[in-house]
Amino acid sequence: MAQSSGQAPLPRRIVLAGNPNVGKTTVFNYLTGLKQRVANYPGVTVERKSGRLVGAPQVEVIDLPGTYSLAPKSMDEQIAFDMLVGRIEQVPDVVVCVVDATNLERNLFLVTQVMDLGLPLIVALNMVDAAEQAGMTIDVQLLSKALGVPVIPTVARRGDGLDELRAQVRCPPPVAEGWRWPLMPVVEARLPALAAALEVEDFTDLQRRMESLRSLTEEAALERWTDAPRFVAAVRQAQEFLKGRNVPYRYAEVAGRYQWIKPIVHQATKAHRPSDAPSFTDRVDAVVTHRVLGPIIFVALLALVFQAVFSWAVPAMDLIEEGIGRLGSTVRALLPSGWAVDLLADGVITGVGNVVVFLPQILLLFFFLGLMEDTGYMARTAFIMDKVMKRVGLNGRSVLPLLSSYACAIPGIMAARTLDSERDRLITIMVAPLMSCSARLPVYTLFIAAFIPSGKLFGFADYQGLAMFSMYLMGTVMAVIAAWFLRRFVFKGSEGYFVMELPPYRRPRLRQVLLRMVQRSQIFAVRAGKIIFTCSVVLWFLASFPKPGPTEVNTSGVAAGPAADSVYAAQTAEIHSSFIGLLGRALEPVMAPLGFDWKMSAGIVTAFAAREVIISTLGIIYSVSEEADESNIALRDQLKADTYPDGRPVFTPLVAVSLLVFFVFALQCMSTLAIARRETGTWLWPAVMWLYMTALAYLFSLIIYQGGRLLGFA
Amino acid sequence: MTLKELRSGERGTITGFVEEHAPVRLLEMGLLPGTVVEVLRLAPLGDPMDLRVRGYRLSIRKAEAALINVERQGP
Repeated sequence: MAQSSGQAPLPRRIVLAGNPNVGKTTVFNYLTGLKQRVANYPGVTVERKSGRLVGAPQVEVIDLPGTYSLAPKSMDEQIAFDMLVGRIEQVPDVVVCVVDATNLERNLFLVTQVMDLGLPLIVALNMVDAAEQAGMTIDVQLLSKALGVPVIPTVARRGDGLDELRAQVRCPPPVAEGWRWPLMPVVEARLPALAAALEVEDFTDLQRRMESLRSLTEEAALERWTDAPRFVAAVRQAQEFLKGRNVPYRYAEVAGRYQWIKPIVHQATKAHRPSDAPSFTDRVDAVVTHRVLGPIIFVALLALVFQAVFSWAVPAMDLIEEGIGRLGSTVRALLPSGWAVDLLADGVITGVGNVVVFLPQILLLFFFLGLMEDTGYMARTAFIMDKVMKRVGLNGRSVLPLLSSYACAIPGIMAARTLDSERDRLITIMVAPLMSCSARLPVYTLFIAAFIPSGKLFGFADYQGLAMFSMYLMGTVMAVIAAWFLRRFVFKGSEGYFVMELPPYRRPRLRQVLLRMVQRSQIFAVRAGKIIFTCSVVLWFLASFPKPGPTEVNTSGVAAGPAADSVYAAQTAEIHSSFIGLLGRALEPVMAPLGFDWKMSAGIVTAFAAREVIISTLGIIYSVSEEADESNIALRDQLKADTYPDGRPVFTPLVAVSLLVFFVFALQCMSTLAIARRETGTWLWPAVMWLYMTALAYLFSLIIYQGGRLLGFA
Repeated sequence: MTLKELRSGERGTITGFVEEHAPVRLLEMGLLPGTVVEVLRLAPLGDPMDLRVRGYRLSIRKAEAALINVERQGP
């Protein structure tokens, strides 16, 4: 193995490539020492993980999405391909291909494709320990010689071999020249003429050859060359020629690669045990994907996760809530009273606080999802659920994006990228926001606690718990219906295929799971920081100005002792005449059929920025004018006590249910719209998403409120 | 016969594809003429299939398996 000479210039960019589930991220974490940045690729605004090489901060290390092939089919593969050929950013100086030693044949397929790019390449042969356990010893030297590139055996989990890898990337090997895998001679003979017909100047000979072969064998690749008619004609002619001779040219490329790989793997691997003996994974799968036990285990695990999210998070949430309350009163105590303090305490601290409270639940949900992914169980959920998902127009692989959406639709929508079929991906994106996310929780919690009686049905099922459960159920059922509808009427045509690896079960690495949990939750936290912060400030202003005229203020001036009623009237007058009051009153006619008064209308409209804003809005509306009164009644009790001028209560259980249903369906989240725009590349889908969900919300609230009144509920 | 018709526990050797346009993904995952495939089990609802191919586990739908011609192998 080459030693660092200390003279050769360091590479500037190292790119990590490899199949999914081969420990690429662990290698990446080691090379960058965990100090990494998640940002966007320039131009395509797709997430990009990069960091600096430990000991050489001028060297950038980039982690590509896991891919099986460089002939792009999914969005992830497109990014990996574009990155490696320099279509986004510059061409990398070194490529490290991480391969799974237990599954060498299929892993080397990608390696042969990377070789064809003509870049310095190092292979990290990972999980050599697992290969040993499975009864295989790999002759690294032989493998390296046969492939023509340096091969470094590693056990990334334990850190074995990673120092060698780190040294090796600093002095990249020379590019191995030429084309090493064989092609059927009759296909090979067609290529020079095609390459000559390809009128692109900046292609190397290797790229010309590659592109010719790919266009010959893959229809989708050929379709990209509509602006090169001469090339297309030449390809068509070659295809006719090969068809005439019954040559299976369509799989010439793939077959050629595997034909080259197979003997190499055979020679380099010494099996000291027959590989047919059932492995640990086989034995687990006999239970976990069993016809009867499989679905039971799946449902039981989901129930456990949700139980954990809802009960284990409570102590932490209480603590945060208490802390926020204390922070608010400390701020009030320390600073001189005035509008700035009101803004800080009522606007910022309460607003952001209302969201941060839900961080424990989000962290827990992401923790469990990460655990399911890291052990390999997530692939089994796709396997078990695929038939059901297919029937409603989705794909087994939509399970993960949809489950993530229970925490937050944003990571859910992004996780849809792993779907091979664009149609499946779009449908998954379109229905993901119907899954009740954690931003709806504060709304559910507040209104259920205030208006659903506590008590038990049949002695064990808590009414409030049932109400909460039905919120989640309603959203999920609607997501299924919407997916079916979209598949049936919008994204028509044959469904995408389902080809998925079932990786071996592995012991989860706590560090990995925690790291991913934090990275995903960051999206939520940043959102809380930016959007909610801004909204809270803006809302506070809207609710506080313009101040009512002097005649109205007058009343509060004389309000001493028993005249509490007049104080309340003055407060209402103050908010009533503010901008937010104007907005709410303007919307009241539209919202009244759903049972909402002007305050709720204002709350709902402001909640289109982000759902949980309704709590800040209502909080501000009900508290903005009570600065004289330090006894801070809970918002819940204020809602219950509020009446119309004629004495009827503003909130009845029916109104509360109508409001809850509105929040189940409505797409009230700017971040979701922004991410949907980013992931679909057009405003069309986010617009459709917003319209259909908001229409559903209005319709169902209307049915519930008007229907409920007809049935005699208040 | 096609891969779809193999039962759990049976093995077959791929002989070719029913249509000329076999999904490229199947090829890339190593399902090529000459490759030996073992059907391990079906999903709880009968679809997709769980296969062992080239030493790893791959799951594909019956719809895809129906595109792959195989020759059944002895036990």
